[in-house]
Formats: sequence, C-alpha cells, structure tokens
Amino acid sequence: MKLLYFAWLRARIGCAEEEIAPSPEVCDVAGLLDWLRSRGPRYAEALRDLSVVRVAVNQNYVGLEHPVREGDEIAIFPPVTGG
Amino acid sequence: MIRVQREDFDVGVELERLAAGNHRIGGVASFVGLVRDMGGGERVSALTLEHYPGMTEKKLGEIETEAHRRWPLDAVLIIHRYGRLEPGDRIVLVATASPHREAALAACHFLIDWLKTDAPFWKSEETPAGERWVEARDDDEAAKERWSD
Repeated sequence: MKLLYFAWLRARIGCAEEEIAPSPEVCDVAGLLDWLRSRGPRYAEALRDLSVVRVAVNQNYVGLEHPVREGDEIAIFPPVTGG
Repeated sequence: MIRVQREDFDVGVELERLAAGNHRIGGVASFVGLVRDMGGGERVSALTLEHYPGMTEKKLGEIETEAHRRWPLDAVLIIHRYGRLEPGDRIVLVATASPHREAALAACHFLIDWLKTDAPFWKSEETPAGERWVEARDDDEAAKERWSD
C-alpha cells in the first residue's frame, strides 16, 4: 500500500510518500498505526498523540477501525487548517 | 466550479463571470480569505499552504454538491490557493449565485465553514521565532456543526 504524509507529520517522519508492505495481521487503520510506530523513533514520536492525527483511505476520511488493504492509498496528516 | 491553484485571482472578474448570461440570478454572495500579519500573538511574515492533490479537489467537489443539495443555487465557485503567500494576499474565494439573497448568503457561509474543516490544506507560518505549523481551531469545528441537519 502507498502511504502519504502531510504537514508536520511529513516533517517529523522525514518523508512525504512511501510504499509499504506491513505484516499480514495489519487489517485496519489502528493496526497500521501500531505497526508504523514500531518502525522507529521518528514514527513513534510523530504518531504518539492520535488526537492530532487524521487518516484518509483512498481520499476519504476514516476512523481507526476502517479496514486497510493491499493497493490502498493511505494518507496520514494533522487536522486541516485551510481557508 | 472548483479551482486549486498557485496563482492569484481577480475577484471582480470571477464574480462577473459567475453570473454572466444567467438572468435568473438575483444575487451573488462572496467570501475572500486573506493572509493576516499576526498569528498566535506573533508577527507573520509569510505562510505556506500545502495540500493533498486529488483529495482536495474531491472534498471541495463534495462540499459544492452539498451546497447545491441544500439551497437553490445557480452557480458555485471555490478557488483555493497553495504555495507561499504574504500578508494581504488572497487565499480563498467562495462565491455563490442564486435568484434570491438568502440562499446565496447562507450557502456562501456554509461553504467556507465546511471548507475550513474538510478540505485537506495545512498552513505553515514564518514568524520571528521560526517556522511553525498552524494548529486547527476548535471554533472552526463548532462553526461547521452549526450547519448539521
């Protein structure tokens, strides 16, 4: 699956976009975030406080229980501040 | 109509074009968002707007559709800029056209409130203390809640 990061999450994680193949037991957003946090201190720190993390799967806002699958485009970013 | 662009826009030209040739339209309402020179008590010399290409256009399109569902509108225009902007620069234009003012004014207010909480844009401000990401405001969420039906 393809991961995209925006704003300070991109800056803290240190990349804008990556292709990942998480372990097979990762089946929803919560599981994916847990798996990402285990990848290193940058991820663990950036994804520590989920109250300031939003997730979109295939360009739709979703909750932690939303399923994730091979081929999904998953974006992780802070609450939006446009307008 | 939705436009996401780096370039500036001419408000007069855009508003004129919105109503051109449609004589059912009795009112055009608009909101223009500008870059302020203060943020969180600090002087802001510039800001950079980042967005999520693809999802931005999708969310703005959904917001536009919702406005058409709620009010009798003849035309909707949302232009949102990205990139580096300075105080006084235009960020966003929301304009609505309808036979009557109530629908145009209400829909314009609705659109900017929804855009603030749903469109994937992020602002980073340049201040004397360095660059910092703008935090989302609870009152923006409250402003959107006003419109829940």
